[in-house]
Amino acid sequence: MPGSPLIGFTHVAKSFDGGRVRAVDDVSLGVAEGEFLAIVGGSGSGKTTLLRLANRLIDADAGRITVEGEDVREGNPIRLRRRIGYVFQSGGLFPHMSVSGNIGITPKLLGMPAAEIAARVDELLELIRLDRAQHRDRMPHELSGGQRQRVGVARALAAKPRIVLMDEPFGALDPLTRDALGDDYRALHKKLGLTTVMITHDMTEAILLADRIAVMRAGRLLAQGTPAELSASPDPYVGELLRTPRRQAERLNTLLPRDSVA
Amino acid sequence: MSLFSDPRWHEALTHLPDYLGNHLRVSITALALGLVVSLPLAILSRNRPVLRGALLGLASIVQTVPGLALLALFYPLLLAFAALTLSWFGFGFSAFGFLPAVLALALYSMLPVLRNTITGLRGIDPAIIEAAQGVGMTPRQSLLTVELPLALPVMMAGIRTAAVWVIGTATLSTPIGQTSLGNYIFAGLQTQNWVFVLFGCAAAALLALAVDQLLALIEAGIANRSRLRAALGGIGIAALVAATLVPAMTQPASTYIVGAKTFAEQYVLSSLVAQRLRAAGLPASTREGLGSNVIYDALVSGDIDVYVDYSGTLWANQFHRSDNKPREQLLAELKTILAQQKVTLLGELGFANAYALLMPRQRAEALGIHSISDLVSHAHDMSIAADYEFFSRPEWTGIRKTYRLAFRAQRQMQPDFMYAAVASGEVDVIAGYTSDGLIAKYDLVVLDDDRHAIPPYDAIVLLAPKRADDQALRTALQPLLGKIDIATMRAANLRAAGNDGASSPDAVARWLWAKVGK
Repeated sequence: MPGSPLIGFTHVAKSFDGGRVRAVDDVSLGVAEGEFLAIVGGSGSGKTTLLRLANRLIDADAGRITVEGEDVREGNPIRLRRRIGYVFQSGGLFPHMSVSGNIGITPKLLGMPAAEIAARVDELLELIRLDRAQHRDRMPHELSGGQRQRVGVARALAAKPRIVLMDEPFGALDPLTRDALGDDYRALHKKLGLTTVMITHDMTEAILLADRIAVMRAGRLLAQGTPAELSASPDPYVGELLRTPRRQAERLNTLLPRDSVA
Repeated sequence: MSLFSDPRWHEALTHLPDYLGNHLRVSITALALGLVVSLPLAILSRNRPVLRGALLGLASIVQTVPGLALLALFYPLLLAFAALTLSWFGFGFSAFGFLPAVLALALYSMLPVLRNTITGLRGIDPAIIEAAQGVGMTPRQSLLTVELPLALPVMMAGIRTAAVWVIGTATLSTPIGQTSLGNYIFAGLQTQNWVFVLFGCAAAALLALAVDQLLALIEAGIANRSRLRAALGGIGIAALVAATLVPAMTQPASTYIVGAKTFAEQYVLSSLVAQRLRAAGLPASTREGLGSNVIYDALVSGDIDVYVDYSGTLWANQFHRSDNKPREQLLAELKTILAQQKVTLLGELGFANAYALLMPRQRAEALGIHSISDLVSHAHDMSIAADYEFFSRPEWTGIRKTYRLAFRAQRQMQPDFMYAAVASGEVDVIAGYTSDGLIAKYDLVVLDDDRHAIPPYDAIVLLAPKRADDQALRTALQPLLGKIDIATMRAANLRAAGNDGASSPDAVARWLWAKVGK
């Protein structure tokens, strides 16, 4: 990894319930600029906690976290969050605001003039491939799950962040929507030169979308690297996680005739 | 004859601008104050379990205090506080009427607002609040643009409940001197004027309903982003606020305020006094239904200018004297005590309204009972009924001690009902009032207080300290002094107890003047 990482965790620890639950236990991890990192782990592995530490939705007990070279504890957390995009599980849209209200929220907080916000909202709707006229004034409850998540992505991108954090963004969607959204996001990541950290419990999704994968279990970082590097890991849990996509790939290979793959 | 041809409907209507305006003013001020205090407290305590528990507990306790008691408690509290500010900072304030009513009602409105605001805020999906943080909102921005809007429907439900409670409970602020729609109800109950009672209840209910619907309109307007609806609701509330200014405009600047306690004789006498003042060219209005604990203090502090009290009541209750004196001596001494507080005892009206033990004439004669002494040997298997305060008054202690009187049972009753109760034999003896017209109606006898346990109760006219040198006032009331004998007052009270157009206090007062004002 050349130079210092855009996001860096050094010996970070966080526990809850007065120390009884060690959610993140001595984790060191770097995310390079332009990289797409997936953090994979089961529930309770500490992966969501790690993500929330990065934009100070919670504060670490020990260790150092840097964003763009700066210790997150030294800056203002509000300003930090405004320059980092965050995509929540199942959208996290504000139910009482329209699509455009949701997308434009961070620019509005930053004091952008209304006309510029409107133009930015249109631009983003285009980017996430939702029809402007049809969706701009809808309320979140009038959207499908996939559309809600697209709006969630647009909201995260609204203030032109360099970094996007995503907490199981596609987990609750049907496979087709999930696939389309994943591909679309991957394209946006590339096109906009983003640095993305995505939480997922699905190793297949991680392999298909991310450049590098970090595996967490019980608060500890077990392994990190490209899919190829991971398959060389001696850790039995990592091997277990990789077995499923591998088996699926083999079965699909035998079940589907080769020429039907476009 | 149709239901509405009764002249009392018209009389009720003429009071409406004053009563309704005052009712609205006190209710809306109390509600606004309640909101201003409760909303920040609710927001502050939503994430602090200890504070939240303490606040909700306190508000619940306030809620269990009956409205009438809560209102009555604020009067002496403020009176003491006003005395403090006067001695410490050199200014006092009126502890009468508006202020205690607003404070008590505001306190009353707090529970539904607190509880619903806290419930509404805590009911929001934590993921939404985290999202607000995640997009970079400050805690304040999150509260104002996300949490409060999402909690609004539940909050509004609480505000509407509070509004209905406050408007209903405000009818109970009449006895502490705040004019309200309760004036109809208190006057109506005391003078058996069911038209007034009905009118007051219906007006309060309609007002509560109207305010509730206006608030619902605002709520719907906000929820559906309909500016029109929110604006219509807002205009409605604004119109109501404007209506509260009506009583201020209809009341002449310097008016003599005539006080009256909560029973029919007092309503009649205050009407009579007000009529005499107006006849002399002095503007006058009545403030009726005042609690007997409130009315004397209100006179001393100048919130009312004149009222009729009874010598024995002041002697025993106001000045806590337990000794008993002959009539003339008691009056003379009372005059001195009153003068020390700069209150003028203008003179006696001519009759006494004393407590007296009453029995049906036939039964008393059959048993050979003429005096309280005769009653003693029968009392142990008899029951006695009295009004709500008699058994805790010093007179009752005096009677029991002097005669060693002990009854089998004691019952408290609405004064109007106890006469019928003793006449029908439901109770054996009642502690009634000597000037009550029902004594003749039910053919009751007054048992002689042969050992003088009951102090004299001459009706006396009292003037506020600020009216001590008011010659116009003295001259206007002079013709009433010594003119009203017990028979005349009984007849007047009997008329007032009637249930027709001629039984309103104003009509009875005119009849009374026609009898005595020669």
